[in-house]
Amino acid sequence: MADGPIIQKACERALSQGMSLRGVLELVREFRRTDVDTPLVLMGYLNPIESMGFDAFAAGAREAGVDGVLTVDLPAEEASELAELLAAVDIDPIFLLAPTSSIERIRRTVELARGYLYYVSLKGVTGSAALNVVDVAEKLAMIRTCTGLPLGVGFGIKDPPTAAAIAQIADAVVVGSAIVSRIAEWADDPERMRREVGHLVSAMRQAMSVDSV
Amino acid sequence: MHSPVNFSQFPDQAGHFGRYGGRFVAETLMEALHELNEAWQDCRNDPDFLAELDTDLARYVGRPTPIYYAERWSRQLGGAQIYLKREDLNHTGAHKINNTVGQGLLAKRMGKTRLIAETGAGQHGVASATIAARLGMECVVYMGAEDIQRQAINVYRMRLLGATVQPVTSGSRTLKDALNEALRDWVANVDNTFYMIGTVAGPHPYPLMVREFQAVIGREAREQMLADHGCLPDALVACVGGGSNAIGLFHPFLNDSEVAIYGVEAAGSGIDTGRHAATLCAGRSGVLHGNRTYLLSDENGQITETHSVSAGLDYPGVGPEHAWLKDIGRAQYVAVTDAEALRAFHDLTRIEGIIPALESSHALAYVTQLAPALRPDQRIVVNLSGRGDKDIYTVADLDGIQL
Repeated sequence: MADGPIIQKACERALSQGMSLRGVLELVREFRRTDVDTPLVLMGYLNPIESMGFDAFAAGAREAGVDGVLTVDLPAEEASELAELLAAVDIDPIFLLAPTSSIERIRRTVELARGYLYYVSLKGVTGSAALNVVDVAEKLAMIRTCTGLPLGVGFGIKDPPTAAAIAQIADAVVVGSAIVSRIAEWADDPERMRREVGHLVSAMRQAMSVDSV
Repeated sequence: MHSPVNFSQFPDQAGHFGRYGGRFVAETLMEALHELNEAWQDCRNDPDFLAELDTDLARYVGRPTPIYYAERWSRQLGGAQIYLKREDLNHTGAHKINNTVGQGLLAKRMGKTRLIAETGAGQHGVASATIAARLGMECVVYMGAEDIQRQAINVYRMRLLGATVQPVTSGSRTLKDALNEALRDWVANVDNTFYMIGTVAGPHPYPLMVREFQAVIGREAREQMLADHGCLPDALVACVGGGSNAIGLFHPFLNDSEVAIYGVEAAGSGIDTGRHAATLCAGRSGVLHGNRTYLLSDENGQITETHSVSAGLDYPGVGPEHAWLKDIGRAQYVAVTDAEALRAFHDLTRIEGIIPALESSHALAYVTQLAPALRPDQRIVVNLSGRGDKDIYTVADLDGIQL
């Protein structure tokens, strides 16, 4: 619903290989065997969670080592049941805010939100064209009047300069499609894939560090 | 049914029918839905808006549609008397236009210049393109690549009307994917774009708004039956894909507890074969396309592919009000197979001289079971939601005839 073609195709590839929410939790468990520190957030849609059952999902995610859950199609109005169940097992319910979110909606959302807020930088789907840094900065300032939670910004951040510009005004930069497209491009050459993704991420990291000095 | 439920009070403010309905969308759509709901709430009680709507329904769509007594067919089936609500006689050939006329007027009031729509069989796409042409608006219709193949005539009709038909190649390449794609377009172009959903699904206020525009079917049928017979019908029958023609017929009768209500889903090759679209009969609760409702999904919550000979019923969800009516027992939902629907298609054509849409043929097929079980002094109103001209290639193909 909010995902552009790159993430959609990735989902289709994963599903055709038999991936499921249970499979994702299994991946988390495996990751936690070698890394217990890196925070880990699941992002997805409600139906697989609803299908598993809210209680079973909260328990399973907790046991696997998940730190946060962002359910794209679960706005604050419908979220209290799941958000409370997650918070009860110390998993942060993460919420989206958008350029169109009114101050009333922001207030309502921050009441349930924990961990951080994910600000969608533009009107459009993931991996869209250009975002306007000035607009984003203005909206982040407005959101900060309602909450002390850290603000991550995503959608449309595909290169080091944009990441650097967003790093100036946000607490975190979220990159999805730009990384996923490299994974897709080099799916048959895992060695090269790791290299390409590594290059992109370190170039972004570097640009962000330089600019924020 | 002994429930004291007052059906006109549903959904609640947030769009809930019991546990169903609601607004399960990305944050990026919430303000757009809020704006739409405000505009709709202003219009639904505005005498000027309603007068304009009534004029359009009368002079552009051709309402009221008649109730036709299918005398010969009733006699052959031997049982209750059968009355057809002739939505097939509407401009563009189906009930879908009732809704697009209404949403088009609303779009105009909101100052939108671009209409987008999703379509399965193409009937809602045609109805949207028709209104866009009349209002001088740009129109983009999202349609599954699979459905474009199956419904070539309607695709050409939309293009003649000036619409852009955008093929959707993701997922199962059918209506569910077209709806997703239209939502994505709306997210990106929300400032100038009005999204016309064609059925009583989607996030609030769509299930309510589309119901209100389609309820003209049931209001007319109720008045017509009272005027002609001095009493209400004993039973209503309509096909259910998303469920807009059905809720349109049912809703004005929901508080009349003596009227039995039957929604007919597509059992495709048979529910036990797994190749079907009988969401209410064989599905379970879940969340899709912005509302909580019954869905056809696998054990991991992934939406499963559906099958029906009728593209308009080929949808893995269903309107949330139907989900609720099923759970509380006010309506009963049944399913008929492709083969049964085709038999009814041929029967009505040969016995009454009316070629029904394959969607509507599902309702007719159930009538062939229901009527003989009732007394001759009882009456059934069945919604003939569309005409079958669009389906003759499909039917010929199944009969092994090349046109």
